[in-house]
Amino acid sequence: MTPFLVAFALMIVTPLVYSMYLSLFRNQLMGGTTFAGFANYVTAFTDPKLWDGVGRVGLFLVVQVPIMLGIALIAALAIDSGRLHGKSFFRVALFLPYAVPGVVAVLMWGFMYDDRLGLTGSVNDLVGFPLIDPYTKQWILTAIGNIVTWEFVGYNMLILYAALKTVPLEIYEAAAIDGANQFRIVRSIKIPAVRGALVIATIFSILGSFQLFNEPTILKQIEPALISTYYTPNIYAYNLSFVGNQVSYAATVAIVMGLVTAVVAYVVQLRGTRREI
Amino acid sequence: MTITRNRRVALGALAALMAASLTACSGGGGDDGGGGGAAEGASADEIEAALQEGGSMTYWTWTPQAETQVAAFEKAYPNVDVTIVDTVGAGDANTKLQNAIAAGDGVPDVVQIEYQSIPQFQLPGQLVDLTAFGFADLEDLYTPSTWGAVSQQGIWGLPQDSGPMAFFYNKDVFDAAGVEVPTTWDEYKAAAAKIKQHDPETCIGNDTGDAGFTTSMIWQAGGKPFHTENGEVTIDLADEGTTKWAEMYQPLIDDELLCQLPGWSDEWYQALNDGTIGSVALGAWMPGILEDGVPDGKGKWRVAPMPTYDGTPTNAENGGSAESIPGAAENKLLAAGFLKWLNSSDESIDAFMETGGFPATVKQLESPEFLGYESEYFGGQKINEVLAAGASDVNEGWQYLPWQSYANSIFADTVGQSYLDKTSLMDGLAAWQEENVSYGTEQGFTVNGG
Repeated sequence: MTPFLVAFALMIVTPLVYSMYLSLFRNQLMGGTTFAGFANYVTAFTDPKLWDGVGRVGLFLVVQVPIMLGIALIAALAIDSGRLHGKSFFRVALFLPYAVPGVVAVLMWGFMYDDRLGLTGSVNDLVGFPLIDPYTKQWILTAIGNIVTWEFVGYNMLILYAALKTVPLEIYEAAAIDGANQFRIVRSIKIPAVRGALVIATIFSILGSFQLFNEPTILKQIEPALISTYYTPNIYAYNLSFVGNQVSYAATVAIVMGLVTAVVAYVVQLRGTRREI
Repeated sequence: MTITRNRRVALGALAALMAASLTACSGGGGDDGGGGGAAEGASADEIEAALQEGGSMTYWTWTPQAETQVAAFEKAYPNVDVTIVDTVGAGDANTKLQNAIAAGDGVPDVVQIEYQSIPQFQLPGQLVDLTAFGFADLEDLYTPSTWGAVSQQGIWGLPQDSGPMAFFYNKDVFDAAGVEVPTTWDEYKAAAAKIKQHDPETCIGNDTGDAGFTTSMIWQAGGKPFHTENGEVTIDLADEGTTKWAEMYQPLIDDELLCQLPGWSDEWYQALNDGTIGSVALGAWMPGILEDGVPDGKGKWRVAPMPTYDGTPTNAENGGSAESIPGAAENKLLAAGFLKWLNSSDESIDAFMETGGFPATVKQLESPEFLGYESEYFGGQKINEVLAAGASDVNEGWQYLPWQSYANSIFADTVGQSYLDKTSLMDGLAAWQEENVSYGTEQGFTVNGG
């Protein structure tokens, strides 16, 4: 137990406590660092930039996560069905994007989205009018969602597939004897079997959504005006700390976001497990 | 300056890593790095004696020529050991220096800082006033605009290079469209329309809203939107010069005469290479970038003076940096000796120029050898004649904000929106001003919002 506690104290508790300590101060170019009590928290709760970012990742969460997990579930069921030829190929192929480093993936997509040199340009040339234009205010969040989905479908598919593999074969045999068709098996056996895994995948995805950073940060290099310095809470905290010299306020934003994420994840878990009973 | 901005993509990757350690970041202490002021000075003799005696020191820079310069220095002063730390680019360098000063540990003895970032470190008292080392005597060595950038109520660094703006254009593109080189901004706009008409895929230039470019353009138009005196900051992004620029520039955005490509992106380099973009107005350090990043343009590109508003030559600086001594530097005497040698000795400046650096010193700028250089890339044009002439037309009295790097970071949030939505630049500038007034106030300045 002791080695664990030491690691836990060093890696988890210390940064948390230090962030909380930092969040009680105020950094100024003129005047240095002074004690500010809970003033940063008061600012944070009424900071339109922070809540703009929270709203955006919230929207992202509500739309992208169900789509991604839906695709992952369908893929897992397809591979598990035994009717798919070359299922190990598909399993690896779907998982492969997860193995691509996130930054590389975004650079790759960022290039494909380009309407002059990239795939988007070729498609638009083919149809003769600007059919898709990811680098616009209306589409940029969708474009980010597409990248994130591409990156993480395979990962989630594996979680669900692993859960499907734990279903004892006898149950399928019994179902077959009872005359259940494939759809009935999926609805009554497979989906209930993966519910627990689905809750876990959902919670991971919620954490991922609230921490959205890489994709918009890299796309900002391509279209600076489309992605603001407070596009997501993490980007906001990063800019406050490393560009705006407001380390303490950045720590406050990080703590507030930690709380928001914890609450949302907890609610989802409660809901998920309640339905399981 | 120079090649810093095309590394932004790599910075994105780095940023991701740094975010992970955000909560563990330092900066809690109340120490502002101390130092500053004219506390400990020394005469030229004392500095020379310190150099002879020797010791070790650290030099933070992203100048590609630094290795050569330091090697020459160590040969001249064998007892001094200079460790170079490559800070990659201006943005990184600021963050790194800020963190080192906040931590009170690992602060360099000499550090390269962009002109526009000097006030950010000077105002909180984090730089040594070099007046105490007798550096005021060096004033005549430098162009007035670069000296002005390092000497506001003290001397906070010695200029390394300069970036007087010039108009770089692809002659093939201009010839094909039957366009003459514009000498005024009205002619520029007419040329822009003609180039677009000739081939709708091409444009005279590109701009999606770039803080460095815009501030330089306002500078050229005679604007002085930022003014700092005794910790009191005045921001007026609706002053005469700024308005003059915005009114001139607005039609270029409204009529979509510019390519919607952000500078320094891969796409941008590609567009310069294939002649999609016909010209750029940037600092005198641009020839090196063109030769390096736009190989297909060899023999096609030329340089001309900046277009003007009424035919009277006026110019601005774009980029450029100085070397300074942080207040928390360990060996200030040695640092002063190195710094003086680095940016005022012929030996060092010649080494700097040999590999494409554009100097800040009058003597080198006026040397026949420099002026007579015929660039093969520019079809044999004596480019330095044009660039050096531009250096003497730079409007005086320009100041950046004490938090310019932060201000630039929020430029896309505000003025950038005017580019994106094709709305009034003046509105975008007003939004930028508002954000800066509130940031400055938060940071403890007295800010007058115009």
